[in-house]
Amino acid sequence: MNAPTDPTLLERKDALQGLGDSRLRKEDARFIQGKGNYVDDIKLPGMLHMDIVRSPYAHARIKSLDKSAALKVPGVIAVLTADDLKPLKLHWMPTLAGDVAAVLADGKVHFQMQEVAVVIAEDRYAAADGVEAVVVEYEELPVVIDPYAALEPGATVIREDLAGKTSGAHGAREHPNHIFTWDAGDASATNAAFATAPVTVKQHLFYPRVHPCPLETCGCVASFDPVRGELVTYMTSQAPHVVRTVVSLLSGIPESKVRIVSPDIGGGFGNKVGVYPGYVCAIVASIVLGKPVKWIEDRVENISSTAFARDYHMDGEIAATPDGKILGLRVHVIADHGAFDACADPTKFPAGMFHICSGSYDIPAAYCQVKGVYTNKAPGGVAYRCSFRVTEAVYLVERMVDVLAQKLGLDKAEIRRRNFIRKEQFPYKSPFGFEYDSGDYATALEKVLTAVDYTALRAEQAAKRADPHCPTLMGIGLVSFTEVVGAGPSKMCDILGVGMFDSCEIRVHPTGSAIARMGTISTGQAHATTYAQIIATELGIPSEVIQVEEGDTSTAPYGLGTYGSRSTPVAGAAIALAARKIHAKAKKIAAHLLEVGENDLDWEIDRFNVKGDASRHKTMKDICWAAYNNVPAGMEMGLEAVHYYDPPNFTYPFGIYLCVVDIDRGTGETRVRRFYALDDCGTRINPMVIEGQIHGGLTEGFAVAMGQQMPFDAQGNLLGNTLMDYFVPTFVETPHWETDHTVTPSPHHPIGAKGVAESPHVGSIPTFTSAVVDAFAHLGVTHMTMPHTSWRVWQQLQASGVAL
Amino acid sequence: MAKKLISVKVNGRVQDKAVEPRTLLIHFLREELNLTGAHIGCETSHCGACTVDVDGHSVKACTHLAVQCDGSEVLTVEGLASLAKDGGVLHAVQEGFYKEHGLQCGFCTPGMLIRAYRFLQENPSPSETEIRAGMAGNLCRCTGYQNIVKAVQYAAAKLQQTEKVTA
Repeated sequence: MNAPTDPTLLERKDALQGLGDSRLRKEDARFIQGKGNYVDDIKLPGMLHMDIVRSPYAHARIKSLDKSAALKVPGVIAVLTADDLKPLKLHWMPTLAGDVAAVLADGKVHFQMQEVAVVIAEDRYAAADGVEAVVVEYEELPVVIDPYAALEPGATVIREDLAGKTSGAHGAREHPNHIFTWDAGDASATNAAFATAPVTVKQHLFYPRVHPCPLETCGCVASFDPVRGELVTYMTSQAPHVVRTVVSLLSGIPESKVRIVSPDIGGGFGNKVGVYPGYVCAIVASIVLGKPVKWIEDRVENISSTAFARDYHMDGEIAATPDGKILGLRVHVIADHGAFDACADPTKFPAGMFHICSGSYDIPAAYCQVKGVYTNKAPGGVAYRCSFRVTEAVYLVERMVDVLAQKLGLDKAEIRRRNFIRKEQFPYKSPFGFEYDSGDYATALEKVLTAVDYTALRAEQAAKRADPHCPTLMGIGLVSFTEVVGAGPSKMCDILGVGMFDSCEIRVHPTGSAIARMGTISTGQAHATTYAQIIATELGIPSEVIQVEEGDTSTAPYGLGTYGSRSTPVAGAAIALAARKIHAKAKKIAAHLLEVGENDLDWEIDRFNVKGDASRHKTMKDICWAAYNNVPAGMEMGLEAVHYYDPPNFTYPFGIYLCVVDIDRGTGETRVRRFYALDDCGTRINPMVIEGQIHGGLTEGFAVAMGQQMPFDAQGNLLGNTLMDYFVPTFVETPHWETDHTVTPSPHHPIGAKGVAESPHVGSIPTFTSAVVDAFAHLGVTHMTMPHTSWRVWQQLQASGVAL
Repeated sequence: MAKKLISVKVNGRVQDKAVEPRTLLIHFLREELNLTGAHIGCETSHCGACTVDVDGHSVKACTHLAVQCDGSEVLTVEGLASLAKDGGVLHAVQEGFYKEHGLQCGFCTPGMLIRAYRFLQENPSPSETEIRAGMAGNLCRCTGYQNIVKAVQYAAAKLQQTEKVTA
């Protein structure tokens, strides 16, 4: 869209605060005044509190469970165990990945902190007292923590409930601890490329288990009305409609009598996609007791038992020509899924979109294989601020390209230039079958290299390397990532059989204001602000008078929720198309009012003008009023529309990130001197919000690369499940971020937008590793395992003989 | 458990309540007084989502007992706007967070605001490094802090200007 130059037109456009404006956030007013409404803020009359008895052991049989003392604790109302749930067939529940998970431990526990029983009491203190009083006797079993050991012949069997099942939701199982083997690409073409390639490189890459750790933990308030037979549940869910369907299927309550409300959510980052035992138990307790029941996790419970991310053990190989042209990519992954396969992925993709691992490069032949494995750890495998397994895929390919560059003595920027998918190759069919919508990687790369003066940085690095007394090692990281987001086309993507469309309903009122209801739910992304901007531009209604509502299944149209950067690519498209339906009707009304044909009208910002005579016009405000009293003969009154959008393809945002680090040779401390992030998310709706999302994603990427991990000892104890141990960067550690952008719109999206919030997480993590490894590259180091803590880096300084 | 009577001035209003000795200040504020602005994020004093002001000090209310506040003055985010020096509807720190996009999910915000309010009295014209050190007891998972630093700088500038006008 060309910007108008006429001052009155500019004024009218600015009044809309539409697409492209850095509009201040509509949701802030309540948050800055302490008037947010998060799940723990909800208080219902007669509400009870639930707390959970959890296993101290990672693998043990439950010999006995005695709740009698707990029931005597003042304020305790009830204690529920698996035996209490059995008559309801709710002691196990289906997972998103086609497995089952224990709601409450049924005879044995499979991971530390697994849910064993729940206590319901009059207040949260009494519930905690009750938990202390439940006596459980355990008999310890051998623990399997290493996924490679889990696949050894004769390894301890973790899932006895699956005995004799030789196939699972994704094909044959070759071992009692094996979940699935999934592959993509062309194995024989790839093997052939490797057989004849003059150069090959291989690298093992471990992507540690991490936790999304939103500041608000998970929780719910379940309220069953026994008279009406209706269940209302307020919960921290990134996908309330899907939860409603699951709850209805599990409970037998008609979906029309189940209402799930996601109130304000204190961050999600993938952690709030799944259905956890706590939710199920609170709902059961409310149904059984006929009172509202609140369950709120504490931080230890959140980190220990709700969905983790990553835990991928990857072997990457690249075949190439001597001048660095990649001929083939081969990847084998062992994926540690924990004790139950509760990965959150579209049904047909047990490793998510891992096969985006050919990245931004034109690779003729590629193959990847992922084996899912059970271990005695918590279930999960969610996308922590990324689209399904895209972070792992991008890490793999970006690291491997660096490894190849090092082997060939080529510069990191140069090897990328030589292998980029060129601008004119889009739409580009990847060797794994994705059709990349649009991109211009080379232009973005040069923009970044110029902005940071890459040549000067390399010269500075060379000088420092030449100086044996230099107190620091300097490293430069460079990444050129492509994401696949906006899941997704229903022909490929579904969750529990429901296609991954999204939806929008818009009602325009007689006085010219409007309400839009959505199937998504903001966890901080400013939907109420940015969705209104799309409508404002489409309909010429000021965004200030457009209300956006999400998260309440009783009012919002069915949607698949917010994760995998799908809100703008999928729901954003639904908004634009719903608005266009209204626009089309508005045009008919305008033609009727002006007594001209529709073809005689031009749209201009907020009105229809008669062609050649702008003095004859009808504003959107005029039309809104007329829609309720003066419509053409045969037209229905009113001005509203619903659109369910099934995307024709994914979107493919990309970016070029560059990072400069200085490593203290005495302490191993890594200082991020500079981080330059160029993102291309297609059309930009609100630059202020985009920049904020990028800052946040980069900071979460920094956390993963530099400090986050969930280490387990041999007994399966998680050695770090409080914020004392689990790294969340503060103001002090967090680097300063520089942002930049190019704009390559998506050709298949109604407004050309691609999604942005996850790119900085996906892209930054390999950039940090690339920078840290680069500091040691001249010493022959090709890879270092995350997180790059001072201790680990110091060990590398020692090993490389450069410690001071 | 036997309850103890306490008298606490919260946001300018005296509250006489009977509480269990073990009741945490955060639960007293949120559940007894329905002041749900401050949140619980970690229960170990690390995240600062529960930060309130007690007798002129920033306090993590998740590890502070309500009975410790007997006779104290407590300020929570709900009382902040009434302290706006220029008679505006928002305090300068609230305005700064809004104008500089210093929040996203909003969960850490009440604690951040109350800490920023106190910090700017401890140091009315801080450098960026001082802001980062002075606010480091409050965690945010969404913003990456950069815009919160700007928000605090905005508030510092506005408060100094207001001082000048009123002086």
